[in-house]
Amino acid sequence: MSDQELEYARLLKRRHLISSGFEWGCRIATFSALLFLGILLLGVVWQAWGWLDTQYLTSFDSRRPKAAGLLAGLWGTFWLILFTAIFTVPIGVGAAIYLEEYARDSWFTRVIKVNLANLAGVPSIVYGMLGVTAFVRMFGWFSAVDDLRIETYLGFGTLAIPLPLGRCLLAGSCTLSLLILPIVIIASQEALRAVPPSIRHASYALGATKWQTIRHQVLPAATPGISTGIILSLSRAMGETAPLIMIGALTYLAFAPGNLNTPMDGIRDPQLILDAPFDMFTSIPIQIFNWVGQPKSEFQHVAAAGSLVLLVLLVLFNATAIVIRNRAQKRITW
Amino acid sequence: MNTTLNDPMDELAPTTSSEPATEKTERFVKPVAPVEIPETASLSVDAATKVCTRNLDFYYGNNQVLFDVSLDIPEKSVTALIGPSGCGKSTFLRTLNRMNDIIEGTRHTGEVLLEGTDIYASEIDVVLLRKRVGMVFQKSTPFPKSIFENIAYGPKVAGLRNKARLAEIVEASLKRAALWDEVKDRLQDSAMALSGGQQQRLCIARTLATNPDVILMDEPASALDPASTARVEDLIFELRKNYTIVIVTHNMQQAARVSQQTAFFFQGILVETGVTKELFTNPVEKQTEDYITGRFG
Ligand SMILES: Nc1ncnc2c1ncn2[C@@H]1O[C@H](COP(=O)(O)OP(=O)(O)OP(=O)(O)O)[C@@H](O)[C@H]1O
Ligand SMILES: [Mg+2]
Repeated sequence: MSDQELEYARLLKRRHLISSGFEWGCRIATFSALLFLGILLLGVVWQAWGWLDTQYLTSFDSRRPKAAGLLAGLWGTFWLILFTAIFTVPIGVGAAIYLEEYARDSWFTRVIKVNLANLAGVPSIVYGMLGVTAFVRMFGWFSAVDDLRIETYLGFGTLAIPLPLGRCLLAGSCTLSLLILPIVIIASQEALRAVPPSIRHASYALGATKWQTIRHQVLPAATPGISTGIILSLSRAMGETAPLIMIGALTYLAFAPGNLNTPMDGIRDPQLILDAPFDMFTSIPIQIFNWVGQPKSEFQHVAAAGSLVLLVLLVLFNATAIVIRNRAQKRITW
Repeated sequence: MNTTLNDPMDELAPTTSSEPATEKTERFVKPVAPVEIPETASLSVDAATKVCTRNLDFYYGNNQVLFDVSLDIPEKSVTALIGPSGCGKSTFLRTLNRMNDIIEGTRHTGEVLLEGTDIYASEIDVVLLRKRVGMVFQKSTPFPKSIFENIAYGPKVAGLRNKARLAEIVEASLKRAALWDEVKDRLQDSAMALSGGQQQRLCIARTLATNPDVILMDEPASALDPASTARVEDLIFELRKNYTIVIVTHNMQQAARVSQQTAFFFQGILVETGVTKELFTNPVEKQTEDYITGRFG
């Protein structure tokens, strides 16, 4: 063997050592992350044990830890996310389709695209300030008139929209929508970009219009990616606290928006459904935040139970995202 | 150690064999036409012109890739476009159904006439044009839908809703594309499950379903195995009886087998056009001769 060969043989041992060292480094990174997560989860479950029961889920907040419950927060979060989704999905997906499929590559669209990424990184508290100005106070446009509202009779009840919106649930949803719109748009853009151009070309070559191509080829293929993006950003909105507190969400509330405490209430009196968006509100993370700050030590358990509920909801939400994605992907394989 | 492991350094060592060095210097002259020319490789004299281009220049941004191309494409025949890679065959093909419109920053001067009408005129509807001038791509691109839905797509987007009529069209198109027998029992299965050759015939059937006059094919068989290639070639050969076909190919044999007219492109210039038989046996230009004898490209 030549000297060179001996040198290679010596180096080979070192190369293998570095290779397996790297593997172990990655392994440790993964397991330490999992370990912390596990400890966190165990801690929450341990603290919440015995406190998370039907009483907790069906009663409102109280000064007495044993009587305190999450009902107002559950309803608040439900309404918030419902309206956030209603605002975000059409606007977010529409904007992404425009930017990816219609907008020509110009100076203007490039500026928009870059700034979307910047907007996605803006701290949520800034969106809270924006929400107060734009939705709660509506720039002071309507301050001249007291108690101004637009009323429309809808057959089963009256829709009364106050102007300005004030510290209501809808103002919260609008703010959360602004917060997650950049993320939804970016995720949808990526999903649209992942659709192979050849599919579009084949569709055009068969005499389809642009809309038909988007409707029948591009959107179905992009649906898994788009819906994953939507659900992930909605679950982010679900956990947001700071902007909602700025908007004026109440930390202590002993009723659900619109006094709609069970779904039956809404069937009995549909007017409650129309009132809910304009009512005061709280949400699960806000209630948790409030309990954690309480002096009585039992409230720590109440807060832990709330965290557990929020975690379970988030897991369910993300699991739906995965199921939707896998279902849609089964139909679409390139 | 050296005996079992293939040391990469070995390749750098000078070889003792003299085989490559001597053969390169020797000028081996092949016959003009290395391909067999079938009798079908000629045109009937009375064929009318279906599509023609007049002084067509084409640019991607500032990069001109077609120079003054004037070509007549006769009706109900196969015209083959040949030429080295990057010479503008695909670009030329795409000008014929305005697929280049989709690419940003392209422009052209000159005319493309379909039955005497300029297809770039403002009153021409591109959607309608592409229905009349269909296109089959190099890589088969079935939609991730059922076989039936793939074929029915063209008529459906054009507005046909009648179920029975759609079923008729699907059957007729698949039969014409010689695919019916292979898929008739699984029309509802995903088109993605078909083999490569079947997928390409599906794409041809899909184009036929829109009832076009002209079919453009960009290397339709280049990704297929020999058996599938032969089937697609047979199909093209059959289709020329009813359709005007323009096909891009790198395969001289294929050009000779399926086409009646051949056009040779070189660096964006249409060097020579002629009846396939003539062009392959008796090229006028030196460049054409060099290309078809395989001296470059
Ligand atoms: N979308 C595009 N944008 C810019 N330039 C392009 C584009 N498509 C092709 N070109 C350029 O135009 C020239 C002709 O390309 P074209 O694809 O028409 O060649 P071709 O003859 O089909 O080649 P091949 O045989 O390899 O398919 C090439 O120089 C290529 O780089
Ligand atoms: Mg090409």
